[in-house]
Amino acid sequence: MNDFVAPPIDWAAVSPVLIVLAAGVLGVLLEAFVPARGRRATQLALTLVALAGSLVAVGLLWDRVQEHAVSVVGGSYLLTPFGLAVQAVVGVCALLGVLVVAERTTTGQDAFAPAAAAVPGTAYEDETRRAGLQQTEIYPLILFATGGMLLFPATDDLIVMFVALEVLSLPLYVLCATARRRRLLSQEAAFKYFVLGAFASALFVFGIALVYGFAGTVRLQGVVAVLADPSVSPLGSMPALVLVGLLLVLSGLLFKIGAAPFHAWTPDVYQGAPTPITGFMAACTKAAAIGALVRVLFTLANGLDPATRHDVEVALWAVAILTMLVGTVAGAVQTDVKRMLAYSSIAHAGFLVVGLVGMDEVGSQAVLFYLLAYGLATIGAFAVVTLVRERTLTGDEALGDGPVPDDGVVLGEATRLAQWAGLGRKAPWLTAAFSLFLLSMAGIPLTAGFVAKFGVFSAAVEAGAWPLALLGVLASAVAVFFYVRVIVLMVLTPPTDGGDATPAEAATSVPADAAGGTGTGSGGAPSGSGAATLTGAATRTLVSRTVVTVVGSRGPAAFAIAVCAVGVLLLGVLPAGALDLAGQAAQFRP
Amino acid sequence: MTMQTLSLAPWLVATPMIGAAVLLLGGRRTDRWGHWLGVLASAATFVVGLVMLLDMLGTPAEERVAVHTVGTWIDSGPLHVDLGFQVDPLSLTFVMLVTFVGTLIHVYSVAYMDHDVDRRRFFGYLNLFVAAMLLLVLADSYLLLFVGWEGVGLASFLLIGFWDGRRENAVAGKKAFVMNRVGDMGLIVAMMLLLATFGSVSFADVLPAAGEGATAAGQATMTAIGLMLLLAACGKSAQLPLQAWLGDAMAGPTPVSALIHAATMVTAGVYLLVRSGPLLEAAPDAQLVVAIVGALTLLFGAVVGTAKDDIKKALAASTMSQIGYMMLAAGLGPVGYAFAIFHLLTHGFFKAGLFLGAGSVMHAMDDDVNMRRFGGLARLLPVTAITMGLGWLAILGVPPFSGFFSKDKIIEAAFVGEGWRPWVFGVTALLGAGITAYYMSRLFFMTFMGRRRWSDGGPGDDGAPVRHPHESPRLMTWPMIVLAVGSVGLGGVLAVGDRFVTWLEPVTGHAEHHEPVLPVWLLITLTLVLVALGILLAFRQFAMAAVPVTPPRANVLVRAARVDLHQDDVNEALVMRPGQYLTRALVYTDRAAVDGGWLGLAGGIGRLGARLRRLQNGYVRSYAATMLGGLGIVALVVWALAS
Repeated sequence: MNDFVAPPIDWAAVSPVLIVLAAGVLGVLLEAFVPARGRRATQLALTLVALAGSLVAVGLLWDRVQEHAVSVVGGSYLLTPFGLAVQAVVGVCALLGVLVVAERTTTGQDAFAPAAAAVPGTAYEDETRRAGLQQTEIYPLILFATGGMLLFPATDDLIVMFVALEVLSLPLYVLCATARRRRLLSQEAAFKYFVLGAFASALFVFGIALVYGFAGTVRLQGVVAVLADPSVSPLGSMPALVLVGLLLVLSGLLFKIGAAPFHAWTPDVYQGAPTPITGFMAACTKAAAIGALVRVLFTLANGLDPATRHDVEVALWAVAILTMLVGTVAGAVQTDVKRMLAYSSIAHAGFLVVGLVGMDEVGSQAVLFYLLAYGLATIGAFAVVTLVRERTLTGDEALGDGPVPDDGVVLGEATRLAQWAGLGRKAPWLTAAFSLFLLSMAGIPLTAGFVAKFGVFSAAVEAGAWPLALLGVLASAVAVFFYVRVIVLMVLTPPTDGGDATPAEAATSVPADAAGGTGTGSGGAPSGSGAATLTGAATRTLVSRTVVTVVGSRGPAAFAIAVCAVGVLLLGVLPAGALDLAGQAAQFRP
Repeated sequence: MTMQTLSLAPWLVATPMIGAAVLLLGGRRTDRWGHWLGVLASAATFVVGLVMLLDMLGTPAEERVAVHTVGTWIDSGPLHVDLGFQVDPLSLTFVMLVTFVGTLIHVYSVAYMDHDVDRRRFFGYLNLFVAAMLLLVLADSYLLLFVGWEGVGLASFLLIGFWDGRRENAVAGKKAFVMNRVGDMGLIVAMMLLLATFGSVSFADVLPAAGEGATAAGQATMTAIGLMLLLAACGKSAQLPLQAWLGDAMAGPTPVSALIHAATMVTAGVYLLVRSGPLLEAAPDAQLVVAIVGALTLLFGAVVGTAKDDIKKALAASTMSQIGYMMLAAGLGPVGYAFAIFHLLTHGFFKAGLFLGAGSVMHAMDDDVNMRRFGGLARLLPVTAITMGLGWLAILGVPPFSGFFSKDKIIEAAFVGEGWRPWVFGVTALLGAGITAYYMSRLFFMTFMGRRRWSDGGPGDDGAPVRHPHESPRLMTWPMIVLAVGSVGLGGVLAVGDRFVTWLEPVTGHAEHHEPVLPVWLLITLTLVLVALGILLAFRQFAMAAVPVTPPRANVLVRAARVDLHQDDVNEALVMRPGQYLTRALVYTDRAAVDGGWLGLAGGIGRLGARLRRLQNGYVRSYAATMLGGLGIVALVVWALAS
């Protein structure tokens, strides 16, 4: 009889992924059974414990994996030292990202819509807001996405990789749509991300199909075996199939990394998504996707004949050059903080690809370090963005020239760069932290970014790709300008208001009855502190102006920012330890 | 050197760093005593340096070069860099200069910044600067040097913009930052090339191998390395074509100008080139460019100096010109290295003294910097006048003051060689000395001699600003006096028996003495005659005759010199405008071509398109089209290269 024989499964090796996914399932159940009051606390605790547990599992596996890669179910799950290290980076970044997600600030509101399904602008939406609902499903969604990211770089099977890609993407699409403010923008971003993501997935699957056609298997090791001995497979004599297939698979992965020409979604989605989610996905998705890219690229590159391998290198060169150019040049003209960081993230994708062109150990070590450095700076920077807000003052408060009182309605984030002028006086520590993250992204010495950039560029030089390294140095020199521009704006430029220490921006005066009655009209009404010249009680109550304010953190975001800042500094000053670990992880690649 | 003393090296960097950390992190709590802590940190560093110096003097010459390795800093595949400190006569010379002059300027600042609410922060930055500068000169590898290099840049940026409320300061800070970035790029590229050629960036590996590297890697690579190092040096030392930031950097507090923009940081470029001597010798073309840049800058700075009415900017132009001398010397090869450093040392003393004097004058004149409103101050500010006078004679190179020994040696060295070079470089250096004498005398006479062009509040001074000049407090005059003593005696003491040149020999190597193309006595005479002419001319114009309070209309040359020989226009036309056009063009292309194109296409399809556009966002498909098109292009590239 056909007895079912359960395949032996090395549960310990799968544990980093399993813990997180199981916690996600548990989180869905909690939604149903835990009363609304305690839901947020329970979900948050579960998420943090699960992520921490996953990190511990990674740590316990470290030494074991150093000796030989662990293959589970014939390579469906393949834990290499590099994959494990990527899991560690993803885990650390996810943990920090979740802290920012959990931040409710002194206003008591988190960054997410009370009920994401409510149509924007409807009465139902108002009702949910008044009722103080909370969308605690975001935590299980984050756990699922993280689970997918952990699985992504740790498989030898292209189909499993595709499943992981979808598992990490689908929750992210939803999360992007859940912003509390500017909901239309947020939903538009999610939609764009979804459509373009689906397109990229299609390319990926088509690539898998071609590779399968060539090799008759979707296991990367199997493909390498066919490459070595083409007679094994019926279509083994058509290596063009594997080249085209590989390029398509790479396209799907480069989309996730945000490398040009697959970058177009990045600015829109980063801008529209709730900022904590932007930070989370910018850091973690990129790490996971680079992990998968290294997995595919390095494994297949070993098997390819030199000519085909050269073709792949050419493609990587093209992508790297294009990405660095797009990210740097377009980044220089941005006027929105989140868009600027998005383009910076594109430029970083370019630098990462520069590190990979050699397809060797030196490159993967450099890339690992880069991912950590980039992840810390990115999460920290977006966390800072969540705390810089607009606030509307109405009535008498708007008219006074004196210090602005601490009340008034706090609105969304002040993301226009001009609004950040003079922030240094209002929140020196926050400004210092943000400057540090920007300097790290710029690659100034004594920050993690410098060591990271130096690493990828010297890896490229080592691999003979010195024109790429030179271009990279030039691109980062240009990029320095737009990072420093922001620092100069925050530290040296006085607030646009000038009157007091509060950066007041675009004061709007609405002299309602004046417009209709006396005919002075809003055109005649001076803005800003000039609004004080308006008289008449009726006008006075309708005058409002928007100022930029920094809301206090209730702890988690401040903690995350501090950890990121210390991390960026430590990795910059004493990179030896992290480089050692990255070196260990890069040594062995099957 | 004994091991115990050698192991003190990290403390040279750590001591001021701790001072900076306490002052910058301690916040307002440290306000009351913070400035004295800053002075103490700097003085303690000097003492540590002195102990090491005395120990080194007791060791035989061949054992004076040592490296103290603390540990591995970066170990990443091909790149292995140790965290180590290079202790040799060259670095110790810098240590002594930086800490000694630095300490004096710390003391001076205690009084100068007395009324500033942020005095503690100022001292924190000063300490940070000292730490970074010492790291720069003590580093045993280009990478570690680069950390110090960036550190001094950061400190300079922070200090120029110290009074950050003022717009000009912010702009000046930005300009300095940008120009320095251009230079830094040179250093980074040089490091990449070194890594690719020698497989290392530490001095111990690279410098001895320079000669073999030239044969192995080819002359072109070595020339590229040399030129990139020169670019770095130009950025930091304000040499052509990256000179424009120095004048604007004078917006910072005067002690900063004295310490950073005259005595120490701006000389880092000279240090870099002298340290990299073997690399430059392996690349004669690059070496020649170094000398040319130095010669051009020394004239450029001198010409600009003659037309400046702002006392600090005149001194800044003079700094540029004097560093030009040092670069010229560094470009002359081993024969010039020692003289470059010698002049750097004496210049550090007299230029710091001159700047502190200028600060003292400004202090007396309500922070006015316009020399056309000074005059007749010698009687009222006797100490300042005497100390500045000694500095003035020193920079002129009048015997027996310091400058005579160092500058004259450079002029002499410039006349050594064959072919056109000695004549061009020598005559330039000679001419520079004459112009220097003119503009420095102009500065001195306009400030201290002649009739006063300010009002003491009495009747009869229509329109002149009212001032109440008074001598500065002791805390300010003492550092000036000490520096003046140095300006007088240091050169002579170190020149006796070529003492300084011998001291540097373990690093720079022994240079054979060559005879200049003209006899030495003639050169000295010529120099002194030119200097005397310069003084005389200035005396007639600015001490005998009345100085007009508004700059008179002048010929085209003077007007050009007043605006720094149009350096900003050149920068604007060559760098800034094209940059702006490029960004503008990009924005325009984005709007007109990308957006417009897609919108136009949609419009062209007709009403259906317009209606669809309202229902769904039109951009997604443009994104998708980008992806597909991009993939197509990548595929095409691969296909084209494969077939």
